[in-house]
Amino acid sequence: MTTDTTHSEDILAIAADWRAAGEQVAIATVVETWGSSPRPAGSRLAVTASGRLMGSVSGGCIEGAVADAAKQAMATGQPQLLDFGVSDERAWEVGLSCGGKVKVFVEPLA
Amino acid sequence: MKTETLARLQAERAAQNPVVLLTRLSDGAQHLWPQESLPDALADAARTTLGTEKAASVTIDGEAWFIHPHNPPLRIIVVGAVHIAQAMAPMAAPLGFEMIVVDPRRAFATAERLPGVSLNTDWPDEAMAALKPDARSAVVTLTHDPKLDDPALDAALRSAAFYIGALGSRRTHAKRVARLKDLGHDDDAIARIHAPVGLDIAAVTAPEIALSVMAEIVAARRGAALGAPRPQPSEARISIGISA
Repeated sequence: MTTDTTHSEDILAIAADWRAAGEQVAIATVVETWGSSPRPAGSRLAVTASGRLMGSVSGGCIEGAVADAAKQAMATGQPQLLDFGVSDERAWEVGLSCGGKVKVFVEPLA
Repeated sequence: MKTETLARLQAERAAQNPVVLLTRLSDGAQHLWPQESLPDALADAARTTLGTEKAASVTIDGEAWFIHPHNPPLRIIVVGAVHIAQAMAPMAAPLGFEMIVVDPRRAFATAERLPGVSLNTDWPDEAMAALKPDARSAVVTLTHDPKLDDPALDAALRSAAFYIGALGSRRTHAKRVARLKDLGHDDDAIARIHAPVGLDIAAVTAPEIALSVMAEIVAARRGAALGAPRPQPSEARISIGISA
């Protein structure tokens, strides 16, 4: 039986492919949500040092900030736990205007 | 994440083994369960997330962990490599289902007609014995041919499949019910079969019918009322003949 149906939600498969192709890769995962955060815990975003993005941790609100943190994580080799919420000044700056709060774990694929 | 951990995780997923990824949020240390033995509290939390299919953050012994379950893929076993199966195929993967098409008629069951789909050209009784539908499986029969559909439905009714659907009019289904009763299935078992298959969206074309079937499978998988088996038409209604 063949299972060549790598579907668009399988961010781990995409991250593995990018890594195998020689890219530096980081994986961001939603680990906790409150209120009306747009993506459930477990949602993933894969990011490369060259700027490729697949997946989603928020439906768009905070992807830019998460991608920046991912690049930092790739540079330092250290994972980071990010905290976003409307009551949070940083989150407001990056535009989590959809409401709710979300914690995102960003880790380099090393 | 270490590339080695990612490779092990992907290998377990490819082998269709349930696997839970546990990440310690303070430093990113990771474990796979049940492939690694873990302290009871962590193992219990991992087991719970597999059951609920919901990732969770938990604090155990003062440490924050993210516990992320990866269950084997949901499957849709379709009997009949027909035009509706062709229309269902591209919808299955994005909805999180692996689709397997069973059809011993090799002219129908071709990779050209069904690219990216697992094909099984055994007779449905043998195919079903090999595929072993479980509680994460849907079974849909589309051939209209009792020789092919009946053995698959017989096997599906003996399995824990979360959804069973059969294409065909009410009249066709009434005859099918009689044959399945002869095979020893009672009314309660037969009530598990969604027939006619799919939500009633007045579908006409193959893609519309495929959409109605996929929507009904999603509803059943998510526990929506739309996915509950419909009551069977009464014998009286069948006897006066309802053509659909």
